[in-house]
Amino acid sequence: MAPYLIRRFGQAVLLLLVVSMIGFAILHLAPGGPMAQYAIGSNMSQEDLDRIAQQLGLDRPLPVQYAEWLWRMLGGDWGTSFRDGQPVLHVIGSHLGATLQLMLTATLLAIFLGCWIGILGAIRRYSVFDYLATIGAMVALSIPTFWFGLVTIFVFSVELGWLPAGNRETVGDGSLLDMLHHLIAPAMVLALVETAIWSRFMRSSMLDVVNQDYIRTARAKGLPRFKVLTRHALRNALLPMITVAGLQMPTLLGGALVTETVFTWPGMGRLFLDSISYRDYPVVMGILMFSAAMVLIGNLLADMLYAVADPRIRLG
Amino acid sequence: MAGELLLEVENLAVSFRSRGAVADAVSDVSFRLHQGETLAMVGESGSGKSVTSLALMRLLPDAPQCQVRGSVKLRDKTGSGMLDVLALPEPQMQAVRGNNIAMVFQEPMTSLNPVKTIGAQITETIRLHRPMLARAAEDEAVRLLDLVGIPAPRQRLTAYPHQLSGGMRQRAMIAMALSCEPSVLIADEPTTALDVTIQAQILDLLKRLQEQTGMAVIFITHNLGVVAEIADRVMVMYSGRVVEQADVVPLFQQPLMPYTRGLLRSVPRLDLAGRRAGALYAIPGNVPDPRRPPPGCAFHPRCDSFADGRCNVEAPRLDSTADGRQVRCLRWPEFVA
Repeated sequence: MAPYLIRRFGQAVLLLLVVSMIGFAILHLAPGGPMAQYAIGSNMSQEDLDRIAQQLGLDRPLPVQYAEWLWRMLGGDWGTSFRDGQPVLHVIGSHLGATLQLMLTATLLAIFLGCWIGILGAIRRYSVFDYLATIGAMVALSIPTFWFGLVTIFVFSVELGWLPAGNRETVGDGSLLDMLHHLIAPAMVLALVETAIWSRFMRSSMLDVVNQDYIRTARAKGLPRFKVLTRHALRNALLPMITVAGLQMPTLLGGALVTETVFTWPGMGRLFLDSISYRDYPVVMGILMFSAAMVLIGNLLADMLYAVADPRIRLG
Repeated sequence: MAGELLLEVENLAVSFRSRGAVADAVSDVSFRLHQGETLAMVGESGSGKSVTSLALMRLLPDAPQCQVRGSVKLRDKTGSGMLDVLALPEPQMQAVRGNNIAMVFQEPMTSLNPVKTIGAQITETIRLHRPMLARAAEDEAVRLLDLVGIPAPRQRLTAYPHQLSGGMRQRAMIAMALSCEPSVLIADEPTTALDVTIQAQILDLLKRLQEQTGMAVIFITHNLGVVAEIADRVMVMYSGRVVEQADVVPLFQQPLMPYTRGLLRSVPRLDLAGRRAGALYAIPGNVPDPRRPPPGCAFHPRCDSFADGRCNVEAPRLDSTADGRQVRCLRWPEFVA
């Protein structure tokens, strides 16, 4: 296991380096820049602007800027936000909780619903339920998240008035119940696509397994159908789901970005979007690296978990 | 040899329906099986051997598209009567499966659950039909693994299927099938996926176990060499029908049905290698599509004794000969003469 982990860790570091380079390049290719907000309609002199640019380190050539950012990053210094001078880690940290809460809720919801829909669809293949689930998944996958979010707000907040239209809590309330009330709509919206993906993978994995010889063996032993499913089919069918879970991280992060924006959820996704509009380079880079690390860790965890769950795989 | 009657199959028929077309996978299969007897079911792929065995186990898909007719009577292990297998409610059938009648499958690679240990899979069967404590079931599993010739059986309990060789896996499968001392064992091509030396070992094992337990074995194969080795009686199947049934020695000495003759001629024989020059014989053509069987005898398009105007018009019945054989051919009396 140890050599494998070291190799994977090395690959992850390299990947993060490449991600940082590409991210940095794209960020600086985008028109405008952190200085634009000072230049527009302000009466700052050119010297003032130059001084600010120098302070932020924006006056130096790009490769130098990147090298400097990287050097400080390696030393554990994520930099400070251009917007409010707060340390980047602190900025990310203050938004992380909201994002994790949303992502975790949506993921648990999606895994639970998706697996059940998939399993039922597989064992009742070509039934009315299976057709509805299939069509439903296709529709869910085709609906843009932002649109579904807006429709949710329109129906449940504007028309019915059941759910709040945004934010994480009512100002001045903030009780657990209030927070859960606010969580329902965005979690539902974020979970929709995930549920669709999970149900499809689960269905095909289950179908794959129930046609295997060892399922017939289990039936030939005299096991009841239900026990064949729970004792023999399910464990085998859930194995590939570990990989699916690992690969869902990017989708989840992307979905969180849109969902948080629609529901003005004070999480990392919305912070990311805001920071891009402000050209808050250190925060954008920070979130980028953080998300990339999360994706890589998710994949690594999935692979390791697979080795634990499947006796045929021994990492080496 | 002929002990107690254990299994009686009469006019077993299985048909599948798909998009309007009906395929008779098996029709008019009848046979009896006594204690200690080995019946070999022989035929090409698609001749209905496996479907027949799955029908006996009631393991065919439980769907309106799949119809099983006829009667299957199995001796009740505990009681004295015969069980009407096809009429048993599913819960009762579950008590019969693995207990009264067990099955060993062709592919030991895929027939064992890859994520469960050998021990877990064997003890599961034991405890399903013979309520006992986990520790006792483990001891029983060790005894069974030892019985089928797996070395260091105690250690093998915690092994996963992929850690065993093909032969060892098939032994483990056999141990699992035997765990509740079934009176009938169906072995569906148990040696096909194994290499020849291992094949011989598994056949010897099955013979030894049969002598010890007195169980009856239905041995499904397309390998006539194996048939000669293990069987008492042979049932040749073609296109879902029994085309010939006889004791093993008369069948090999004088096959009555041209199909059986063809099968025997296509066995490579070392003793004739020098004398009979040329390529090994192969029956020309393919098994007919069960959705569109040819008129008359199903074998006539491939038959070397085909009589125009008879074989392609009249469907032969399964005739009984004077010496207790059965054959489905219009011309068999001419072959005897």
